[in-house]
Amino acid sequence: MSRRGLLKFRLFVAGEALNSTQAVTNLTAICRDYLPDRHEIEIVDVFREPLRALAEGILMTPTLVKLAPSPTRKIVGTLSHIEPVLLALGLKGAA
Amino acid sequence: MYFFRRRVDSIDMRPAPSPVANLQAKAQTGIAGFDEITDGGLPHGRTTLLLGGPGSGKTIFGLQFLAHGAQRCKEPGIFVAFEETSDRIVANAASFGWKLDELRRSKLHFIDAQPSPDLVQSGTFDLSGMLAALEAKANQMGARRIVFDALDIVLALLPDAAAKRREIYRLHEWLLNRDLTGVITAKWGGDEASSFSTQPFGFMQFMVDCAVILTHTMVHGVSHRNLRVQKYRGSSFDENESPIVIGRTGLEIATAPALDRLHAKVSNERVSSGIQRLDTMLGGGFYRGASVLITGFPGTAKTTLSGAFAEAACERGERTLFVSFDSDSNEVVRDLASVGIRLQRFIKTGQLLMASARTISGSSETYLVRIKSIAKEHGARCLVIDPVSTWSRSGNDHSAHGVGERLIDWAKAEGITMVCTSLLDEMASQEAGGSSQQISSLADTWIHLSYLVQAGERNRGLSIIKSRGTAHSNQERELILSDAGVTLTDTYTAGGEVLMGTMRWEKESAERVAHEVTEVAAKLKRVRLDAEEAELGVRVKSLQVELHAKQVENALLARTTATRLGEVSRGRTRLRELRGADATIPETK
Repeated sequence: MSRRGLLKFRLFVAGEALNSTQAVTNLTAICRDYLPDRHEIEIVDVFREPLRALAEGILMTPTLVKLAPSPTRKIVGTLSHIEPVLLALGLKGAA
Repeated sequence: MYFFRRRVDSIDMRPAPSPVANLQAKAQTGIAGFDEITDGGLPHGRTTLLLGGPGSGKTIFGLQFLAHGAQRCKEPGIFVAFEETSDRIVANAASFGWKLDELRRSKLHFIDAQPSPDLVQSGTFDLSGMLAALEAKANQMGARRIVFDALDIVLALLPDAAAKRREIYRLHEWLLNRDLTGVITAKWGGDEASSFSTQPFGFMQFMVDCAVILTHTMVHGVSHRNLRVQKYRGSSFDENESPIVIGRTGLEIATAPALDRLHAKVSNERVSSGIQRLDTMLGGGFYRGASVLITGFPGTAKTTLSGAFAEAACERGERTLFVSFDSDSNEVVRDLASVGIRLQRFIKTGQLLMASARTISGSSETYLVRIKSIAKEHGARCLVIDPVSTWSRSGNDHSAHGVGERLIDWAKAEGITMVCTSLLDEMASQEAGGSSQQISSLADTWIHLSYLVQAGERNRGLSIIKSRGTAHSNQERELILSDAGVTLTDTYTAGGEVLMGTMRWEKESAERVAHEVTEVAAKLKRVRLDAEEAELGVRVKSLQVELHAKQVENALLARTTATRLGEVSRGRTRLRELRGADATIPETK
């Protein structure tokens, strides 16, 4: 796969909270299914780096931030509903 | 690929600190009146829920609480803004003079937490991320206070009631465990009955230690704000609804002073009413710090009397505030100048402040708060409110009454001598009766002005209905306005009727004429008597002369008689001698 369509993610999680682990699992699955070899994921634990979360305006966990390509998008929640996630990431047409 | 660090203990459910430990600890809010209602402020280290409709002052409450903590209590704070951006909040609050920009550098931190409108949701989420971030920030700056403004915005993102409750619970526990004094504000319809169970805050109201409800209603088109402490665990509080006002320095809550807090400075000093004869009637003037009520119908010179008081106060060198509700202050000054009360000179020196309260719109509470703050700024020692009865127009009588009470209490506590005028309804009984707002019962001195309609003219009468602690005249006086000033004159009573105006003048001139006539008559009589007396004297003299003449005549007569008798006897003797009779008869008798 070409590196042209690389998607950079930053996922803010709250330690091992259930919804956070779910989000990690779901994001991994989405990337595997839709973006094989086209993604970078950085996981930020807000308990370890709280001021970073504050600086980036992360209030709710889990929050997925799509950093690239622009524009950045934020998706909150466990990512269990795949449709809105795909729409937001531009991986699926609005139809 | 990724890793987790165990930090679950951050959101654990440890039991709350013992409630007994800091039962009395209160966090001062700095909101005028609120600390009195709650006996010290919000519960320290606990959570307070602040509910209210849109525009009821929730954000201001929260912000003032933080600003006061940061400035005065050495308690830095964090403001979490869910609704408005922090810059806008700071800009909006700039007029209150809380120096937020300065505080923002170290003691007050704003967190913009507005959910972005294009936020995509997928599945469940919670607030632990925010709380973790807040905790770090709180530790970093040593925050003791935290305000969550418009929590409802975030809760609205949560899918169901259970999730909302869970997050509220999480937040509450977090606050308790950090020993932070928290304020959570949330919008609320205000209809207690319906929303109690349906809204998540109903549940929250049970959970928190203190719940405060702000309402904003319109009564007859006038805005009324109220505050009520719904619950306060472990503390006594005023359970009644109290009117609040967003004043110049933030929220102000109108409270009736508690019994033990009323320390009126009682003074025996008298201050002039500005009218000499009125001072005499009052036995020297008003007491300093007294509240004087002047009632009367329109046009009975209430404003003039209060103007005279203001002028006298200024002449004594006291700073004075004149609040006029009826007319523009320039008009008042001009009108008073026409009766010789010259206020302009004191306005120029800044000693007298004229405030036209027509520009203050709003409830009677607003008036009171504005007057208080203006008086404070001006440093007023004397205060005129003309007329105070306007208040009952704006809003309901009940609140106006309360305001009147608080006005007097406040003036007394400040030692301000206050003259209020009150317009009586033309239709109300002519007798000095139903004064509005029952200030009359609270006022120390009550002067009533009335009309006396007689012989086709209206004349102004003045009487003192009461004056506490001073002997005062019980007589009605006529009030006369002229370009030389205000004077009082005695009225005439004739045949049980009081005479005023031209009738009094007629009576006076009639008396003058009558007096002259009697005087002339007396003079005439005296002259006549003098004449008679003189005449009698003359007669006495002539009679005396006559008497003397008679006496002389009498004496002469007696002598003549004696002589004649002698002559006769001598003649007889001679005759006898001549006849040669015996000379045995003695020579002389």
